[in-house]
Amino acid sequence: MSLRAFHILFIALSVLMAAACSAWAFLNQAGVIFGGCSALVSVGLVVYGVRFLSKTRNIIV
Amino acid sequence: MQIPHEVTARPDTGLYNSKLGIWLFLASEVMLFGGLFSGYIFLRMGAEPGYWPHGLLNVPVGTMNTAVLIVSSVTVVMAWAALKMRQFLQYKMYMLITIICGIIFLGVKLSYEYPQKFDHFGAFIRKDSLSKYEAYLGNEFLKSKNLDPRVEISGHLLDAPKGSPYEAVAKKNAEHFKHMLHEEGIGGGHGDGHGAQVQVQTEATDDYVIQLDPANARPTDPANEAPSFLPKKQTMMTAVVKAADVENASMFVPRHSPYFAIYFTITGLHGLHVLGGVLVFIYFWGPGSKLYQRNPEHLANRVEVAGLFWHFVDLVWIFVFPLFYLL
Repeated sequence: MSLRAFHILFIALSVLMAAACSAWAFLNQAGVIFGGCSALVSVGLVVYGVRFLSKTRNIIV
Repeated sequence: MQIPHEVTARPDTGLYNSKLGIWLFLASEVMLFGGLFSGYIFLRMGAEPGYWPHGLLNVPVGTMNTAVLIVSSVTVVMAWAALKMRQFLQYKMYMLITIICGIIFLGVKLSYEYPQKFDHFGAFIRKDSLSKYEAYLGNEFLKSKNLDPRVEISGHLLDAPKGSPYEAVAKKNAEHFKHMLHEEGIGGGHGDGHGAQVQVQTEATDDYVIQLDPANARPTDPANEAPSFLPKKQTMMTAVVKAADVENASMFVPRHSPYFAIYFTITGLHGLHVLGGVLVFIYFWGPGSKLYQRNPEHLANRVEVAGLFWHFVDLVWIFVFPLFYLL
């Protein structure tokens, strides 16, 4: 597995972690700002992952 | 003599030498951390009710460190991509950001998070003495709510039994506490100002005096049972705990409880991996970058291998953060 592929896997797991943090914050009412920011980060990481895939398509590994 | 497949991939495996090596190494790392995470799960499942602490770690600081590591993973990939596109200056910039992120992570861990734990004290009360400390434990209330009992009184240690290894820490904390009392205009000795019970030192020499955490200061407050993003502020209330009533007492260090034993083992080992990664990156950013002049693809391969290691280290943290800080 190349660094590019491992990076995508890492970003995918980070998205899941950020979504889980958001769920934790909202379900436990532990912090609305933290929950909202985590949700935004998970969406942002998805966008980043898609852009990363398209931009690094031409890199030969 | 030229070593074969140092730069180009072997046709049968599709991997160059160091990439094969790093994946074998990472497989052993998966077993190492996998064993430790399994240990965490079994310790937690096997803990007696009330003996597995919650909410002791600083979530905002952990969140910041998580963000720092995610950013560093992005920048290390950017550094590798820059090398692949033969943009040396961009490589240097992204690698420098990665190094800074690693140093920030370690700095926060070593200069803030760990010392904060080493400064905190907890006394597990013997089961037959729990009722004596009901005012600080609130177990009747917790029982009525079907919640786990509270068996520990924690906070900042202000006085320790004679001969205890914590006497010096207690003395230092007591001075700080007296200073805080003076600033708030409460005064020393016994008193009750601003809702605070103040008692810094006792006549007896076998007592622990603890400046209480909110969970022990207001044990029947439902807010104590709910997880919170922001850490709860230290109170000005104190409690006197007889050494004879204590089953185990220590600062928040590995000997305190299985929780802190596994916390320090996993985060300490993870920190050592971060340190190793940072040292390798510093070499690649500094003297190791001269390889770019002779063979840029070789340097790109080296950075890719180090980047794979760095991603693994960050991946471990992605599991550590929710397990220890949130759940």
